[in-house]
Amino acid sequence: MLLLTLPILIPLTSSAACLILFRQPRAQAALALASALGLVVAAVALLVAVHDGAVIATQIGGWDAPFGITIVADRLAAILVVLASVAALATTIASIGVTDCERARHGHYPLMLALFSAVCGAFLAGDLFNLYVWFEALLLSSFVLVTLGGERSQLEGAVKYVTLNLLSSVFFLAAVGLLYGITGTLNFAHLALRIDGLTDPTMATAAGMLLLCAFAVKAAAFPYFFWLPASYHTPPPVVSAMFAAVLTKVGVYALIRTSTLLFDHAWPMLGPGLLVIAGLTMAIGVLGAASQMEFRRILAFHSVSQVGYMLMGLAIALTCMAMLQTEDSGGTLHASEAAIPERILGLDPALGASLGLAGAIYFIVHHGLVKMNLFLISAAVLQREGTTDLKRLGGLLKVAPSLAVMFLIASLALAGIPILSGFWAKLSLVYGALVAGLWPIVATALAVSILTLFSMIKIWIEAFWKDLPETRGNVREVDAVAAWGVPRLLSDTAARRVLFSAILGLNIVIVAIGLFAGPIFSYTRTAAADLLNPQTYIDTVLGHDPLLPNAPASPAPVPDVSDDAGDSEVPTPATARSEDDDVDVNSETNLP
Amino acid sequence: MTLLVALSVGVLFAAGAYMLMRRSFVKIVIGLALLGHAANLLIYVSAGLVKGRPPLVDPTATVPALPHADPLPAALILTAIVISFAVMSFTIVLIKRAYQDIGTDDLDRMQSTEM
Repeated sequence: MLLLTLPILIPLTSSAACLILFRQPRAQAALALASALGLVVAAVALLVAVHDGAVIATQIGGWDAPFGITIVADRLAAILVVLASVAALATTIASIGVTDCERARHGHYPLMLALFSAVCGAFLAGDLFNLYVWFEALLLSSFVLVTLGGERSQLEGAVKYVTLNLLSSVFFLAAVGLLYGITGTLNFAHLALRIDGLTDPTMATAAGMLLLCAFAVKAAAFPYFFWLPASYHTPPPVVSAMFAAVLTKVGVYALIRTSTLLFDHAWPMLGPGLLVIAGLTMAIGVLGAASQMEFRRILAFHSVSQVGYMLMGLAIALTCMAMLQTEDSGGTLHASEAAIPERILGLDPALGASLGLAGAIYFIVHHGLVKMNLFLISAAVLQREGTTDLKRLGGLLKVAPSLAVMFLIASLALAGIPILSGFWAKLSLVYGALVAGLWPIVATALAVSILTLFSMIKIWIEAFWKDLPETRGNVREVDAVAAWGVPRLLSDTAARRVLFSAILGLNIVIVAIGLFAGPIFSYTRTAAADLLNPQTYIDTVLGHDPLLPNAPASPAPVPDVSDDAGDSEVPTPATARSEDDDVDVNSETNLP
Repeated sequence: MTLLVALSVGVLFAAGAYMLMRRSFVKIVIGLALLGHAANLLIYVSAGLVKGRPPLVDPTATVPALPHADPLPAALILTAIVISFAVMSFTIVLIKRAYQDIGTDDLDRMQSTEM
């Protein structure tokens, strides 16, 4: 219970406390740091609790599932909560270095903590409407964070960001309504059973497509990604780092969760469809990045491109599972048991599904850390030079060699140079696609990798390698004074050191997840197997009997769909669902 | 009644989509508000409309007699309305601030952050 709620409660309560202390930036910063440390501890405790495959669930308010508000953690949710907590810690430290007191007084720390609280909530949510609420909470925090400061570019970026994300919320809400109308429930586990039991799942698939659109906007997938390159580079780089670490990941997480748990009947269509979206997302994102000449815009376009890789892993897994469904019509495999064969190119959908999804999860973690670090490095560059325009930068290798090394490590990890984390992530995805026989996506992924390396090298050459452009002189930009001449918590040198410590710490984590890719992959492969075979998840959430024998005697919201409530066994999709009627409020219900 | 509500959902979605295509940010926000109402009504109608049967439990019974109105959609809509109230107030402040700083509400002229 506490294990599950702490990752939400710690940042939420300290966010409220920071609001009370709004006049004291110093106290806020200390509180935020303590809270981020606590969040890391809570997240790691959660990871330890679920790493052996246990799913833990709790019902807020004491009502049994499917009526209570379910908070649930499995391996996927736990590792993403850990990612969010690391992001919270790193960006808090960086904020202490670079965020000015004015921003702190206007709520930088409370908003940041509220954002991470909502992100953890979204990862741990056990029902669709709860997920919607957390999405809105994180959107609202991010809206304010993106506009805080009120510069013209920020407002323009925010207009696009707000509009597209509100549109996706409408899609999400409509899909929630339709799914509730069709199945009479919103609990993920209960929905999985009910959708499996539908005689004609066409309407559920339609609602699922609406959900897909909603999550694709949040994940910044093609063709819905336009808000991201328009807005990511406008707020202070620390805020961009926060967004890059977690925002799109929540969308990808929601896609993974719903498509594996709820819409298994739609895999034959969803898999190839997502594959096309993934290919286009990564290609268009990287082409956008290659055409940019500004540090942070390149990074923003890369975020789009890298989301394509995550979707690619999911799409490979779904396509493979669809192949297996047609093979044995059961679709229940233990993907973790699939051994890696001697020969590479034999078709093996079970292995493809496992590697694809495991690669996607590893990629989410890897990209969250690396992209956050690159944005923090852009913050350090902005602090030092007063600009992130590559044409006006130069010579950083000489004046800041340690920063240059940090950038080199992070950017090579992003491009996927061997032994760094990106290599293992891409290896898993490409291997998975090969054993699934999906050649076109492999070609796209590899070509995009080269372009990723190209645009990272472009930043390296322009900002770090080449000499300082003569036209600029050796003085700080005028806007550097405007941007950095405001009061801050720390002196300039101290701020630089604090920011660098966050960057160094993240780089150590990045190198570590590359060096220890083996253990992490065995974890993500079991996480993928859990997702593809979600019986444990469903059983844990719904308890013994999803048909509420212990439900409170008070007026429980009786589900619309009539349920064969006579038996006390867990209904398996094949048996108990077969007699289900269609949606009809007036149909008789034989609840005990 | 269901048909009537369903039709108004359709009309609201159409009107919202039309407003979203406009270049003026104010009209886009009106479109978003309309779409939000459409989604709320959609929840309401898709869960089924039952007239005059509140979900009250008879003292002698443990569950309300069927058929009864489902209270959950109303709860969902209420939550969604509260959330959209917060989001809308933020958006309206954003309109004002953007108009003050940029001097236009024409989205075609807000392109300094792109390309």
